[in-house]
Amino acid sequence: MKTTLIYSLAFAVAVTMAATGCRHKATPITPMHAGMTPPPPTEPMPPTLPPGPTFTGETPIGGIPMGGQELYQDMVQDRAALAAYTIHFAYDSSVIRKSEQASLQSVAQALAADSNTKLLVEGNCDERGTEEYNRSLGERRALAAREALAKLGVDPMRVFTRSYGKDKPVDPGHDEAAWQKNRHDDFVLLHPKPGS
Amino acid sequence: MKNCLKICLLALFAVFAANFGYGQNEITITHEITVLGNTKPIPVSLDGFSGEVADVLKFDLYVQGFSFVAPEAAQYQISGSNSGNVTGSVTDKLAKKVILSNAYTGTNLRRQAHAFANDIVFAITGKKGIGLTKIAFKAQQPDGTGEIYVSDFDGHNPQAVTHDNAIVSAPSWVPGRLALYYNSYKLENPDIFYGDLSTGQRRVVARYGGSNFSPAASPDGSRVAMILSKDGRPDVYVCNADGSNLKRLTTGVEDSSPCWSPEGRWICFATKIAGRRLLAKVSAEGGEVQVIHTTGAPNPTEPDWSPDGKWIAFTSQTSEFDICVMPADGSASPTVLVAGEDPSWSPNSRTLVFNHSVSHRQTLSVLDVFTKQVKDVGRIAGSDSEPAWRKDLNF
Repeated sequence: MKTTLIYSLAFAVAVTMAATGCRHKATPITPMHAGMTPPPPTEPMPPTLPPGPTFTGETPIGGIPMGGQELYQDMVQDRAALAAYTIHFAYDSSVIRKSEQASLQSVAQALAADSNTKLLVEGNCDERGTEEYNRSLGERRALAAREALAKLGVDPMRVFTRSYGKDKPVDPGHDEAAWQKNRHDDFVLLHPKPGS
Repeated sequence: MKNCLKICLLALFAVFAANFGYGQNEITITHEITVLGNTKPIPVSLDGFSGEVADVLKFDLYVQGFSFVAPEAAQYQISGSNSGNVTGSVTDKLAKKVILSNAYTGTNLRRQAHAFANDIVFAITGKKGIGLTKIAFKAQQPDGTGEIYVSDFDGHNPQAVTHDNAIVSAPSWVPGRLALYYNSYKLENPDIFYGDLSTGQRRVVARYGGSNFSPAASPDGSRVAMILSKDGRPDVYVCNADGSNLKRLTTGVEDSSPCWSPEGRWICFATKIAGRRLLAKVSAEGGEVQVIHTTGAPNPTEPDWSPDGKWIAFTSQTSEFDICVMPADGSASPTVLVAGEDPSWSPNSRTLVFNHSVSHRQTLSVLDVFTKQVKDVGRIAGSDSEPAWRKDLNF
């Protein structure tokens, strides 16, 4: 009993001393180290491009597989040829409206006219929506056009997509007129590099 | 034995009563009750510091749940000086004792002040401070191109870590390393890169046909989750750090912005199920997608799971964007905190960095989720957004 009391008092004193800290010690000193300074980035290594899948003609759950970037990265981009057929979307939607079908048919015809060409579809969004959500939304808009073109008879292995999210607005305004213009797919015709 | 316990308790009570000075009515005792957005800050007084050192101490402490009051109302008195080097002490006014006394040497006053702020936070709360942590973010110019930057968590010492002059986005720190994953349109297409910040070298992680974006490093750094559209839909994929062993995890309708649970088991992402935009999670090994309900916070995107595993922060979209936090186990509805987008947790799971719009340009801001105290870090290098807080406490 007595021993326990002594222990408990000793403990209490120890707690007090620990909590109070010894005031007669010299102030401790913390030496600081410099933070990181990243060097300037070097250029990326020549990228290795994985081989793309092949389209079997069936639309699997989860979409039609796409070829790899190596299938078009050296082709010549013609942004003017199909500029008239840019299609637009409703707010937060990747559904292709009936009013845009004529444009898609024109794109399909242009591809049918020259089997050496390929197509890049670029999806874009207005500024409403978070950045990475819009990057997905822009991709869905591009993929929707690709699927619609496949239905019109275009081999989807000739069609590639890319999303710019909300990072490449046509109109920098912040009203409905600007937003309407910015919710769109651009069609870029790809020609074989001369001599290839 | 019973008596013994009583005496022990009495002895301890006597000691604590003496230490905590009961009867000083002018000081309000603030218990740390961590209620999201509704916790009272801890009142402190600050004297003896000036200029940049005073600014750093105020910023660091404010966004970690402290408020600044007159000395007579303070629970803790922070005193010291910054002539030459930073020296400082913290006195517990209730206990009437010095709980921290320290001096700092080397580098510069700013770093010394951050280190002192860390020691203050630890002395008072027992938790490690965020003063010396780093963030990464994208800085965008009006033409849409930009660069990935890293800076101190308060926006100071910004440094570009890309020179791509292209659209860039979604930096994600690799835990335990000075390295980032990010998305860049440097090679025209949106592709995912790994950048080693200690050597400046980088390599391509994902450059498939279609878009490659929203990379998120796993907590152990061995894997990376991302959004790819190579199979015909933007879905969640996971692969090894070097890009190998790619696996598709979802076939959802509208999947975006994956993040990891801290133990690496789950990947949380934004999706749409039965016409409603939701958060969901899927095992990093693959499996069934499980919905995470965000009742009262519609259109959730950009989830970020806190390092302690307890919380998920995300952006809710109504007519504007709001930063929301909810328990990761879904045991309570989300709390809407402040206007803003794309939250990222601090390593101590208490503070968020996010961006919000000021005159149609994005500015970074730091928010203490418990007291809701928030401070802009100021515009750094353009329109600054998509911040990612490095989870390692010491740099």
